[in-house]
Amino acid sequence: MPAVFSARALTKTYRMGEAEVHALRGVDLEIRPGELIVLLGPSGSGKSTLLNILGGLDTPTSGEVHFGDHDLTRASEADLTRYRREHVGFVFQFYNLIPSLTARENVALVTEIAERPMTPDEALGWVDLGERLDHFPSQLSGGEQQRVAIARAVAKRPEVLLCDEPTGALDYQTGKLVLEVIAKVNAELGTTAMVITHNAAIAGMADRVLRLGDGRIVAETRPERKLTASEISW
Amino acid sequence: MKALNRKLARDVWAMKTQVVSIALVIACGIGAFIAAFSTHDSLLSSRERYYDGARFPHVFSRVKRAPDSLLTQIRAIPGVSEVETRVVLDAQLSIEGVLPPMIARLIGVDFAHLPAMNRLTLTTGRWPAPGVKNEVVVNQRFMEARHLRLGTRATVLLNGKLERLTIVGTVLSPEYIYATRGGGMPDDEWFAVFWTDAEALAAAFDMQGAFNSVLLRLAHGASQPAVIAALDRLLDRYGSLGAVGREDQISHKIVSQEIEEQRVWGTVLPVIFLAVAAFILNVVLHRHVYAQRTEIAALKALGYDERTIARHYLGFASVIVLLGAALGLGIGDWLGRAMTGLLSDFFHFPSFEFRVLPEVALAGTGIALAAAYGGALAAIRGVVRLRAAEGLRPPSPAQFRPLLIERLGYARLATPGQRMILRNIERKPLRAAFTVIGVAGSVAILITAAFWYDSLDYFMDVQFNMVQRANVFVGFPEPVERAAIRELARLPGVKQVEGTRAIPVLLRAGHRSYRTALTGLGEDAQLQRVLDNALREHRPAPGGVLLTTRLAARLGVRAGDTLIAEMLEGRRVKAVLRVSGTVREMAGMNAYMRLDDLNRLARDGPLVSAAGLRVDRAEEPALLERLKGIPAAAVVIVTRTLLDSFRATTARNALFFTGILTAFAATIVVGVVYNNARIQLAERAWELASLRVLGMTRGEVSLLLLGELALEIVVAIPTGFVLGYWLAALIVSLIIPETFEFPLVIWPHTYLFAGAVTVAAGIASALVVRNRIDNLDLVGVLKTRE
Repeated sequence: MPAVFSARALTKTYRMGEAEVHALRGVDLEIRPGELIVLLGPSGSGKSTLLNILGGLDTPTSGEVHFGDHDLTRASEADLTRYRREHVGFVFQFYNLIPSLTARENVALVTEIAERPMTPDEALGWVDLGERLDHFPSQLSGGEQQRVAIARAVAKRPEVLLCDEPTGALDYQTGKLVLEVIAKVNAELGTTAMVITHNAAIAGMADRVLRLGDGRIVAETRPERKLTASEISW
Repeated sequence: MKALNRKLARDVWAMKTQVVSIALVIACGIGAFIAAFSTHDSLLSSRERYYDGARFPHVFSRVKRAPDSLLTQIRAIPGVSEVETRVVLDAQLSIEGVLPPMIARLIGVDFAHLPAMNRLTLTTGRWPAPGVKNEVVVNQRFMEARHLRLGTRATVLLNGKLERLTIVGTVLSPEYIYATRGGGMPDDEWFAVFWTDAEALAAAFDMQGAFNSVLLRLAHGASQPAVIAALDRLLDRYGSLGAVGREDQISHKIVSQEIEEQRVWGTVLPVIFLAVAAFILNVVLHRHVYAQRTEIAALKALGYDERTIARHYLGFASVIVLLGAALGLGIGDWLGRAMTGLLSDFFHFPSFEFRVLPEVALAGTGIALAAAYGGALAAIRGVVRLRAAEGLRPPSPAQFRPLLIERLGYARLATPGQRMILRNIERKPLRAAFTVIGVAGSVAILITAAFWYDSLDYFMDVQFNMVQRANVFVGFPEPVERAAIRELARLPGVKQVEGTRAIPVLLRAGHRSYRTALTGLGEDAQLQRVLDNALREHRPAPGGVLLTTRLAARLGVRAGDTLIAEMLEGRRVKAVLRVSGTVREMAGMNAYMRLDDLNRLARDGPLVSAAGLRVDRAEEPALLERLKGIPAAAVVIVTRTLLDSFRATTARNALFFTGILTAFAATIVVGVVYNNARIQLAERAWELASLRVLGMTRGEVSLLLLGELALEIVVAIPTGFVLGYWLAALIVSLIIPETFEFPLVIWPHTYLFAGAVTVAAGIASALVVRNRIDNLDLVGVLKTRE
């Protein structure tokens, strides 16, 4: 089966004020369809930069990156927008829901511009929020908000789900609940998922764990047995 | 420099585009304020200086013919400090190379001893040599309007005899700052004032040893009404038309009216500008302060007190206002000079200098500062009062609720995008209202800028095409037999002739009185009609008098009442008249009767004093040439040319004022829309960037932000139309004298123009913001909480 993502010799350098930051210093990567990847690493190791490049939010300074046969390296801003719209689901640490829209409408925002989406009700039912369709973000708990965000991400049936610290703002129980949903998406919809985390315990639920340090992949491991979200603890 | 001041400087720099856009709105307000009030003051002081220097009289009276011997008695009236008598006569004037006949007002002057009152200022040429009877000096306005040169020969018809005069100089007179025979029309091309040798004039009109015009200056503290009453008693038997004070002197009246207009425009418009600027400043500061709540908390944690912090943010407001004031001073000075330039075509003062009054500039700045502080303080208070710890926490998520229409059950009307827009508006209705009011305000200004000319246009159209349908008027200095006008019908090109008669009259009802003319109209008059403001025709009933509604109100009479008419001409008949009806005319304080009734009342035969002619355009030149030779026809007015010169003058002024106000209004729209969009963008950057990450295009995201503003502009434009109509009505009511009922007419193209300018300015500011939406930081939003 061809790779979902393939990257070669990716580097990313950007200026931060006076200083030049080398966020990625040569990353090679192949990700297969249906894989659940956990990216681990300390702050500044380059994991977010990598995720941003794979998600079409940023372009590398050098190297090559492909999504299937889409060349993300040389894509224009409009191409990247279309790519995100058609193929990528994002889940953020702070949910990034639109406060003026209800749960259902937040999902509808995406399903309206997608090609063959689920209905918003279906997507929300999928994350067990069928009861809270008409609540505004300010009326939902953090975990519920994150589940709405996941429903919003998966409603368009994306090929990849990219999660940046999805449990970072949540307590233990809620965090686990959210991880369960991500695993369910991966298992039942076959969506390739990448999860960034600080939390090494989460690595247990991955097919493959990539450890980043100083802009490079420093280690790659495959857990012997893939745990379910309920089996992991921290 | 203190650290806090350095922060202030950098905050200003960081928000420079917003700072400048608000400062510009303030500058427009202060500029308009300075220009209008300084121009007003310049006009008033120029006029007062002129009046004092030229010894402008306090009381004016005209008689038919009074003997010079009366002078001693007039001098003896208590309160009179100076008296001057003279001979003033109107005559037909023709000038070689100028086709139509014109009117010359001839004023007798002894050039050896120039008059002490209404002193003339020689602007070009020389004075006529004393005793030389065929040299004259002419008012400058006429010379300029007709582009005449010194040495031009003019022919006047003096008592039936053609007299050739040579123009040797041009002069200014305080009596003819605005020269007109009557009405408010600019007659510069038609009405010349000639100062000529007194003895020759008296001889030509058989006025030796007599006068027909009296000028008085009053002693300090004298009672003008008492002097006027005494003078009228003295002159009554000599055919007095009744003395008037300055307030009824026609040039003074028009000049005062114009000066008053300056004051009204200068008050109403800057108020709107300053209000809008204060509004914007309030919202921007509120947002600015709110966005800095963590910094404020940090400052408080560091030990800064609330007062110091508040002062810091007021400093921000001050910078904007002072920048606006500096720009406004420049705009005000420039605009004031430009307005003065336009007005000096209108008013001829020997010296007319514009200067910005420092107190006006200070007052404008003070008002703007007060407005800005008022707005800023409200914003600052809320944030400064926060406890330091509270400020350091991120704000709780924005709370939204379903729209009113959704709560009412009409839920599925809108897409999520449309709901975002509507809910944002519903959540911050004040801000939406602010945008709507600000934009509507500028729409209103645009309408106000243009309505004046629409209304004038309509007014002129009604007066010259519907009320007075004659295209040539012939006036007779002395009433002539009604039969004489049949002669006129035989002249070339004349298709229709109608005679009218006007007799100066004092109307009395109880203790009220009003001086006007009784106008006699033919029974089936077609060329001069009486129309009400709905353009319905009215005719005086047999035996009765038809009054303009305003005149009836002034006299306190209604249809069916009676009033006393004292004719001031001919046999000076006093008669009781029955008011047969009233008519809401647009202009004047008129009293109409049937011509036959009027002549019967005056007891001097079937006479007319003017004739209206409907003339074939092509034959007009031939007709005018023939009229030049008819002695009895002293006054000829061609309405078309009158209308043309009026339109040319107003078109130029309209272009200037509409241009200025359009620029001002566009500044407001940009100020409101741009700042609002920037504030929205600052508040919602996170949300919009999230949507971009989810795959929405720049266009789609821009639509969410700008859609709200577009919706607000769509609401603002019709609101502005209504507001503009009100504002126009307000200005009309403040400016128009009691003798007018100025039609408030706003043509559709004016609304269209106002809407189009607003939309264009809105789009321009949206495009600037759009550029920022395109450059949203997509990566940043993943890592930060709002």
